[in-house]
Amino acid sequence: MNDIREEHNRLQARRQFLKTSAMGLGATVLGSMLPQTSMALGAPHRVPKAKHVIFLFMAGAPSHIDILDYKPQMEKMFRKPLPESVHMGQRVTAMTKGKEKLVAPSMFKFRQKGQNGVWMSELLPHLSNISDDLCVINSMRTNAINHDPGKTFVCTGSEIPGKPSMGAWLSYGLGSMNRDLPDFIVLNSAYWTGGTRNTQGLYNRLWGSGFLPSKHQGVAFQTAGDPVLFLSNPKGIDARVRRRMLDAVGALNQKHFDEIGDAEIQTTIAQQELAFRMQASVPELTEVSNEPDHIQELYGPEVRKNGSFARNCLLARRMIERGVRFIQIFHRGWDHHTILPKQLPGQCFDIDQPSAALIQDLKQRGLLEDTIIVFAGEFGRTSFCQGKLERDNYGRDHHPRAFSAWMAGGGIKGGITHGETDDFSYNVVKDTVNVRDLHATLLHQLGVNHERLTFPFQGLDQRLTGVEHARVVKEILA
Amino acid sequence: MKMRDMIRPTGLAALASRQLAVLGCLVFASAALSAQDVQFNRDIRPILSDRCFQCHGPDAPERKAKLRLDRADGPEGAHRIRKETAAIKPGSPEESALWHRITSDDADEVMPPPGSHKKELTAHERELFRRWIQAGGKYQDFWAFVPPSKPEAPQVKNDRWSQRALDRFVLRKLETKGMTPSQTADRRAVIRRVTLDLTGLPPTREEIRAFLADESDLAYERMVDRLLASPRYGEHMTKYWLDLVRFSDTNGIHHDHYRELTTYRDWVMRAFNANLPYDDFVTYQLAGDLYPEPTRDQLIASGFNRLHLIIDVGTALPEESYTRNVIDRVTSVGTAFMGLTVQCAVCHDHKYDPIKSKDFYQLFAFFNNLDAKPETGGRSGTDFKRGLQPPYINLTTAAQEARIKELDKRVSEADKRAKLSKHDLTKSTDATRKKTLTAQVKQAEKDLKAVKAERDAFMMGIPGAMVMKEKAEKRPAYMLIRGAYDNRGEQVERGAPAFLPPLPKKDGDRTRMDLARWFVSPENPLTARVAVNRFWQQFFGVGIVKTSEDFGAQGEWPSHPDLLDFLTVSFVESGWDTKSLMKRIVMSETYKQDSRATPEQFVRDPENRLLARGSRFRMDSEMIRDQALATSGLLSSALYGKSVKPPQPKGLWKSVGMPSSYPSVYVQDTGEKIYRRSVYTFWKRGMPPPQMTILNAPSREECIARRERTNTPLQALLLMNEQEYLKAARRLAHRTLTDRSLDSAARLNAIYETITTQLPDAKESKTLLTAVKDLEAVYRESPALAAQLCEGAPPPPGSTQADLAAWTLLVSSIYNLDIVKTRQ
Repeated sequence: MNDIREEHNRLQARRQFLKTSAMGLGATVLGSMLPQTSMALGAPHRVPKAKHVIFLFMAGAPSHIDILDYKPQMEKMFRKPLPESVHMGQRVTAMTKGKEKLVAPSMFKFRQKGQNGVWMSELLPHLSNISDDLCVINSMRTNAINHDPGKTFVCTGSEIPGKPSMGAWLSYGLGSMNRDLPDFIVLNSAYWTGGTRNTQGLYNRLWGSGFLPSKHQGVAFQTAGDPVLFLSNPKGIDARVRRRMLDAVGALNQKHFDEIGDAEIQTTIAQQELAFRMQASVPELTEVSNEPDHIQELYGPEVRKNGSFARNCLLARRMIERGVRFIQIFHRGWDHHTILPKQLPGQCFDIDQPSAALIQDLKQRGLLEDTIIVFAGEFGRTSFCQGKLERDNYGRDHHPRAFSAWMAGGGIKGGITHGETDDFSYNVVKDTVNVRDLHATLLHQLGVNHERLTFPFQGLDQRLTGVEHARVVKEILA
Repeated sequence: MKMRDMIRPTGLAALASRQLAVLGCLVFASAALSAQDVQFNRDIRPILSDRCFQCHGPDAPERKAKLRLDRADGPEGAHRIRKETAAIKPGSPEESALWHRITSDDADEVMPPPGSHKKELTAHERELFRRWIQAGGKYQDFWAFVPPSKPEAPQVKNDRWSQRALDRFVLRKLETKGMTPSQTADRRAVIRRVTLDLTGLPPTREEIRAFLADESDLAYERMVDRLLASPRYGEHMTKYWLDLVRFSDTNGIHHDHYRELTTYRDWVMRAFNANLPYDDFVTYQLAGDLYPEPTRDQLIASGFNRLHLIIDVGTALPEESYTRNVIDRVTSVGTAFMGLTVQCAVCHDHKYDPIKSKDFYQLFAFFNNLDAKPETGGRSGTDFKRGLQPPYINLTTAAQEARIKELDKRVSEADKRAKLSKHDLTKSTDATRKKTLTAQVKQAEKDLKAVKAERDAFMMGIPGAMVMKEKAEKRPAYMLIRGAYDNRGEQVERGAPAFLPPLPKKDGDRTRMDLARWFVSPENPLTARVAVNRFWQQFFGVGIVKTSEDFGAQGEWPSHPDLLDFLTVSFVESGWDTKSLMKRIVMSETYKQDSRATPEQFVRDPENRLLARGSRFRMDSEMIRDQALATSGLLSSALYGKSVKPPQPKGLWKSVGMPSSYPSVYVQDTGEKIYRRSVYTFWKRGMPPPQMTILNAPSREECIARRERTNTPLQALLLMNEQEYLKAARRLAHRTLTDRSLDSAARLNAIYETITTQLPDAKESKTLLTAVKDLEAVYRESPALAAQLCEGAPPPPGSTQADLAAWTLLVSSIYNLDIVKTRQ
């Protein structure tokens, strides 16, 4: 008498199965981004404009006021209190709560660059030269005021730990484009130049799969040892030995499948073989010595060092070439509460040439049109000073109400500035772009409707953009 | 006239044709379906919840058209008449607006609305509605919120399969599907299964021998009793519990500092091993501190309330941190004890379940009175080094207590002396005397420092337990508008959610103890059900309710509702006796079935919800690792204690951690500690051990009632290449090579049986012996390679490095078999 309900459950299971296989296998087999792969989940929902994303995540939150959001009017307000009409008693951190808010203008020069005269700081000379490829967004906004929730929000769409990350959603929604590598790879800089005093932590959850199946989680490449954990054969085992062993294991697994009947055993066989292939494909990927000199030089001197941001940018390009969908590069060291002018230039040195090179390199290979590059931190920094205030020495606290990001490639308009803040870069006055809007826009360009990329968990159809409103920032789309 | 009206086909005709089409489709599908068969809870509510409740459910502010479909009565209920129509007119689909809306062709009319991203109703679902309304559109209370009653064991056709009630519930269901249970698994499969399920470890060869030799009818039961009495049982049960309460060794936010909670883990193990009645187990955790004279265990257990993530002091606003902690605490109570997603009501009334925002904050009010700072403390002092934050208790012995007293006394004396000499110094005017006194002050300060250091060093060795403690004055609780800590709504009192039985009346304030007692009272429909379902899940891979974290409307309907109620009531009647529930399950014929089936049967019921066979599922990360350690002979048998750090790839913490985090570097342990069971592995929330997470262990940032199971290449790499797995393989190879009485075949048998519990058949032997021969040849040709593999482990007398290397690879091959990482 429970037939109906059972039938329902069975269908649900079947649907889930189709969904999973559509994502995992279907998309791989089709190997295509065209909308005919529409399955239970229905993604892609539209013709995608891009296939890949490289997210350059500036952990610690760069000062947008010193690198992208030019505010000449602050100059005459040096050391004057930030007007009440601007800050409106808004929430600040425990570090500057109750303290005087004195305006700290940027000491760095800005110039208009490129055909459209995009304002760029002198700290970013290489990016300035390719500003016609950049879409600078000066109206970013987030909810979080502290690093951990802030990063978790940008990376997973929620401040509360436990939600799947962007790359995991994409892996789940769009499947794999390659046979031998993960869909979602994470690269962390092993060092940075802007000081280590306020190094902020990263957490596995920032590339985790949350409630999605864990095969969608980002694979963090290591800068020392195996790039993928446990990739290499241990000492005393070579490829011959491994092959011989896997042949025996495979034969027995196949025998056991014949006896037991569970197709999961076949999956095990397939994954062991994929692991074996990865033992060749990953080293081939990370071996950059055969990149010609002129390419290495494009990325700057640091590219020669393992674990540098520059090396990671070069690796990202190689991953794009090999069909990795989502690459997230974390660069830490931006949390400049004090002595910002001393530390910021080093950070900018780290990222300026390599990220400009990445854009150029992808462009010359015809890959930029398929690849969106995003550069953002978890929030911005205050226009008022934290700690000591001189013309050439100041610090800035966390500021969620306005910050800057840039995007390039993948059908994003180049050479434009989107959104505006007030004279103090404190509040957005035009075209606010929420973190959720950024997510919705990325998904949109990849052919995914952010409201339809869902996964049932805890009784909700969960999605990256959550339950609050999110909009695709159509104004920046080419 | 609007455009859409113009293009609308003549309304009624279109409607009729659509309905005809719907009915046409269903003629074959529902031949066996009569109107009486449709039940609200089973058939209708899940659809309403999924497609309708978002706008027509319990959440009042979001409700559209003043209509709620989660209940029949009331001014906005489904039977109410508005504009002369009822949403549901009992007995008459034709006169029910709902029926017209769900069958409409008009994009502006049809429900759910096309823009809502809710799935369209299928023809089958529409037909369910039609029949349900026809039969009277009767509502039922939601099953999970109705206290369970004990059903009679059902009649079955095959009376001989089993006399046990549990089996009869399962069999009846199979019989209605025209299916039969599988035969009982062979004895080797059974001992492996039950030993893994009850202890998390495989049986030893001696245990296998003893069981096979015991021909008595009681052999199996005796084995079960032995396993339940093993301390390994408590360790294994604890592993599941730690996911549920998000146990870890770090504070999880910002710096992610060390936080000492292992005494809580030890208590959980002791509680399971001592078979503490589950109602006490719950009560101690919720309110152990509120017993008139709490025992040490009750206090330690109350540390459940301290397991949440907590930010360290410095950057966040304390008031915000405070609120976040309480919400986290209440959320964990919801998942662990209620099986509900109460956290949905932090910001708004629950969309699907009758949990109002007020219900959440009434629960919140019980947990918002902790007498502690909302953020973890600064880094000086022994508390920080010990990972403790007041309130906590020191778990001292009497001798340690005496020693602490003595040290305290010495500190206070030294302090006095230091002060006195300083005082003398300030008073003195004589230069020579001053010189002597200065030296004295220096000495006294040095002494003080030394004795303080001695005391601190001694305290470092004393285990502590963070506990729950009420503030003397009750802190008022408020609704928080949209969950914002600084946006207070009305003040609320402590209370139970309105949709559940009320708390008993009481003069004065209700306490957490009242709440705990209410949780384990017979009227509470959830606590025992949720627990029984989770225990069941351990043995079958899936709960009777699959969504073991959500028993609400969006959760899944139980596969065997009567069985769940039967087990639940029996559990409560037994005095919440966990071990006897375990025994009841593993003694059943259902449990002992063979897990082999045809591929078609696996496709038909991939998760084995119908239980027509034994369940087969990938073992958890801890079990896989522990199995390798146990079978190789490396496993430490030590019980309890602080977390340990077995080897992990270098630099992982550094790649993510803050340099000022404590500790910031993973210093791996040595000796026995690296071979302890995985339940003791140090858990940093920001970077949990990859050997665990690659195999689906959760991050412990939120409460997890069931792990997922995936099958990935990273898992294959881990099991093939991780040093410790290889070491275990080498160790087992070494052991069997040491026994010179074994020839290759006998050696293979020993290894295969040790790991898989089975003996290899002819084909398996041939495959593996050929492999080992080939590998021996490879290693003989490449002595350097063999030497590398044997580094630090010379082969036993009579064997060569090539032998040891080849046999190591053979053992490793067996560790990598699907049947070895799978419980079947």
